[in-house]
Amino acid sequence: MKPVIEMNKIVKNYAMGDVVVRALRGVDVIINESDFVAIMGASGSGKSTLMNIIGCLDDATEGNYQLDGSNTNSLNKDQYADIRNQKIGFVFQGFNLLPRTTALENVELPLLYDRKERIKNPRQQAIKALESVGLADRMDHVPNQLSGGQQQRVAIARALVNDPAIILADEPTGNLDSKTSVEVMSVFQELNEQGKTIILVTHENDIAQYAKRTIVLRDGHVIQDDKVEQQQSAKKVLANWIEE
Amino acid sequence: MKWNRIQKIALQSIMKNKMRSILTSLGIIIGVCSVIVMVAVGQGSQAQIEKQINSLGTNLLMVFPGSSNQGGVHQGAGSMNKMKLSDCEAILEEAVHVKYVSASVRAGGQIIGGTGNWNSSVEGVSEQFLDIRDWDLASGEFFTVKDVKYKKKVAVLGKTVADELFPDMEAIGEKIRINNTPFTVIGVLEEKGQTGMGNDQDDTILAPATTVLTRLKGKDKINMIYVSANSLEEIDAAQAEVEEIMRREHDIDYGDDDDFQIRSQTEITEMASETSETLTLLLAAIAGVSLIVGGIGIMNIMLVSVTERTREIGIRLSIGARSHDVLTQFLAESITLSFIGGVIGILLAIGISLFMNNFTEIYTVINPTIVFLSMAFSAAVGIFFGYYPARKAANLNPIDALRYE
Repeated sequence: MKPVIEMNKIVKNYAMGDVVVRALRGVDVIINESDFVAIMGASGSGKSTLMNIIGCLDDATEGNYQLDGSNTNSLNKDQYADIRNQKIGFVFQGFNLLPRTTALENVELPLLYDRKERIKNPRQQAIKALESVGLADRMDHVPNQLSGGQQQRVAIARALVNDPAIILADEPTGNLDSKTSVEVMSVFQELNEQGKTIILVTHENDIAQYAKRTIVLRDGHVIQDDKVEQQQSAKKVLANWIEE
Repeated sequence: MKWNRIQKIALQSIMKNKMRSILTSLGIIIGVCSVIVMVAVGQGSQAQIEKQINSLGTNLLMVFPGSSNQGGVHQGAGSMNKMKLSDCEAILEEAVHVKYVSASVRAGGQIIGGTGNWNSSVEGVSEQFLDIRDWDLASGEFFTVKDVKYKKKVAVLGKTVADELFPDMEAIGEKIRINNTPFTVIGVLEEKGQTGMGNDQDDTILAPATTVLTRLKGKDKINMIYVSANSLEEIDAAQAEVEEIMRREHDIDYGDDDDFQIRSQTEITEMASETSETLTLLLAAIAGVSLIVGGIGIMNIMLVSVTERTREIGIRLSIGARSHDVLTQFLAESITLSFIGGVIGILLAIGISLFMNNFTEIYTVINPTIVFLSMAFSAAVGIFFGYYPARKAANLNPIDALRYE
């Protein structure tokens, strides 16, 4: 299988006044295509920093990071922006949809920033993405007319729309109740079955059970990197859901 | 990234925040509108002054008494009046570039006649006065060379005087008394309106200069001489001729100063225009300040908007907008707002100006140059005051912007 992410001895230091915070102290991670990885760790473990570097929102102090076969070291701001546009789909904890903007327009947005204009008909592509997350009937709704789960599915559609190499989800269930969380996880699992590579940052153990693999960080080191023994199927959990 | 996509994003953002957009544009609307209206008022009054000066007469020169010079000290204008009726006669006879000449002798007085009693001014003039002033009679006739020569006590009334003294009856043939001297009304002038200074030109009585001098004034000095040149091109030649004749008539030695001054209509127009141009400039400057204040308003709201939209900017950056895209979007927003504000301001100004012309006494002239300039200026305001907030937005760090609450 082809590796999408290859990280080699990634180090990240922040200067906070006079103190240097060593957020990552040599992280080696390889993630293959069609994998579903949950990155876990307590707060301060460096998982957010790692996510920022994977998402090309930030660059590493030291080390080598290859995304989808191309080196990301020593790129400038604009090149990072283009990588985010073409290779990465973000899903955030707080949904981060544009207010007063319809679901369809929100999903279409990344395509408007695609300067290569790989997709000729952005609107059509956005409709397809919304259909694939089951929101075909909510396209003209603005975010505050949608429930939390629906908003997160719009955000997932937005992450999908540019056909990225990886989908990067930062605590995507953090603002959702437990049933809706499972619903969102079932969307991720479905996408994963279609071959999408998904990287999920979470601190909830039961959410991590829906992934295929978990990476645990502590103090800037990877302390654990295991295959999930028994991957939960979100669909089955939903089918057997008993309202409390 | 294509410009039309940026423009689309900017327009979406403007449309989704209508209230904010209207408030932002309001400064520019008011600024552009007031600049155009102020200049229109200024130029309107300028146009009216010019029109009124031109209504003074055609190809006109005016000769005024000069100031005396006693022991090197200049006295005020008119302090030494040596102008007489004989000067007029000499000019009319000798000057080849001159078509008409008329003296002007002014006397004030109480006019009694018909059903009224009115205080007005009497101007003693020659029979050529109406040709010089380009004025017509409403009824009756004007006095003739003979009337002037024989000092006939005939009078031609201005419209205002005729209306005051003979409101319901025909004035012609009636007797009036000016300071107790009886005159016969032989004509009524047509209405001429006010001068630029607000004087009623119709509140006057015209009589032969000779009659006014002997009957009303009792001296031989005249107040001024109106001279009408053959054509516009001959005004300068006529002025030179008149000066030469006047110097000779007044026995002024070579090298001595004139004891009179000649003003041409163009000079007077220029003087008056200069005043109203200064006024226009002043009005425009005041209005310009409001444009700048409007621009600062745009900057203020754009700055607030950058802070308020930090998260939105973070989202855009995280899904692949380059910082240049964000800069362009914010600039496009502020330029669009100020441009739309400019257009609305111009339309509003045209509306106000039409309203003033039709329903008020104020006359306005919309100047296309000013419209164009204020349009350009409002776009420039958009760029200038939009750039700083836009750059601030573009330089945000996506991670911090996404976390911003």
